[in-house]
Amino acid sequence: MAAAQAVDEMRNRVVLGEFGVRNVHTTDFPGNYSGYDDAWDQDRFEKNFRVDVVHMDENSLEFDMVGIDAAIANAFRRILLAEVPTMAVEKVLVYNNTSIVQDEILAHRLGLIPIHADPRLFEYRNQGDEEGTEIDTLQFRLQVRCTRNPHAAKDSSDPNELYVNHKVYTRHMTWVPLGNQADLFPEGTIRPVHDDILIAQLRPGQEIDLLMHCVKGIDNHQACAFAVSGLGELIALFPPDITLLKPVEGEAAEELSRCFSPGVIEVQEIQGKKVARIANPRLDTFSREIFRNEKLKKVVQLARVRDHYICVVARACNPSTLGGQEIETSLSKSKTLSL
Amino acid sequence: MEEDQELERKISGLKTSMAEGERKTALEMVQAAGTDRHCVTFVLHEEDHTLGNSLRYMIMKNPEVEFCGYTTTHPSESKINLRIQTRGALPAVDPFQRGLTELLNVCQHVLDKFEASIKDYKDQKASRNESTF
Repeated sequence: MAAAQAVDEMRNRVVLGEFGVRNVHTTDFPGNYSGYDDAWDQDRFEKNFRVDVVHMDENSLEFDMVGIDAAIANAFRRILLAEVPTMAVEKVLVYNNTSIVQDEILAHRLGLIPIHADPRLFEYRNQGDEEGTEIDTLQFRLQVRCTRNPHAAKDSSDPNELYVNHKVYTRHMTWVPLGNQADLFPEGTIRPVHDDILIAQLRPGQEIDLLMHCVKGIDNHQACAFAVSGLGELIALFPPDITLLKPVEGEAAEELSRCFSPGVIEVQEIQGKKVARIANPRLDTFSREIFRNEKLKKVVQLARVRDHYICVVARACNPSTLGGQEIETSLSKSKTLSL
Repeated sequence: MEEDQELERKISGLKTSMAEGERKTALEMVQAAGTDRHCVTFVLHEEDHTLGNSLRYMIMKNPEVEFCGYTTTHPSESKINLRIQTRGALPAVDPFQRGLTELLNVCQHVLDKFEASIKDYKDQKASRNESTF
């Protein structure tokens, strides 16, 4: 029994010991364990695999994938970060820039601004195509001039009072529809995702006047698209699995609950004694505070479940479609190689 | 004999597509002289760990495969070398192709489950909102 348990632990859990982490790599390949059939079986995978959406709103998505291996879950994560296309500013045509921010720095900053536009509605721009067309380009105009505020108090030193338009935000960017874009996209849908990103600061007499072209791109080919994507950080984690090797009672129970993130350990009164119980291991951030406590470190085993992934897609424009998109991209990758 | 011809056609097919100019993804097979086709190194261009690791995992799950590993040759070059050695005389292209189709099936299944889950969640939320009215 003990041996079987140990083998299962080796296969299923990444154990966090006091001085190191054990069983990190996937070992369940055919031939490694006698008595286990580890060959790939699509039916078995389909039976065991599930996706549970924990939380979804318009900016973020948290879901669990159970029954899939690290290699594939990581591939999804990499694709979401790097290969899902986004619209981002690529070319900046500067008509006038008398601000303290140099042209190229300004252009770089503009390229990092996330644009609220669905990239699936656009085509990639052809190589060497200078003028964009309506199917592959979005145009934005940024025209800001800073002036002195005539109504400011005489002895004020607050720039907000003294100057007008001295901070250039993304809300100053106006969309210039090309061709039939005005019909396709209703007013207000094509804009930067956030309108309070500070682009530059000006003083009276300085002006920024430029035209930006946004094109569709992916991280591999567009250096700014990654940060721009705002699409997303996909964080994939193994969920924690905390086991109490021995029951913990009394004062020790209180100490134990303090060693973990709040909500993980619940101290209950049973028959007059305080008993510790694992309430919600998922909340734990694994600070490993327990290993600093000489008495309690032998009582707890910290591990992570190997084939279960908590995926958080944060700061995304449209998280649910993104998730689907990234899986489709990985599909298409394997298709192209299948010849 | 037929297999040989098929393989050669595949390789030559790729070579012509490379000669045609732009190629997005291409695949080469490199084989040491004197070995038969059960140990082969595939060079996959324009690929990185994203496909490499997941494909390696799927191929390793095949009991006929004795060895499977991949490396990125250099971080500046975007290509990977994937080596497959099979037990017995199975040509290495077989587990490679099988790994790709299995990966495809996995992704398809994950996609289906994911979309179903999202739909369920949306439905649940909608019905919860309705019941509060």
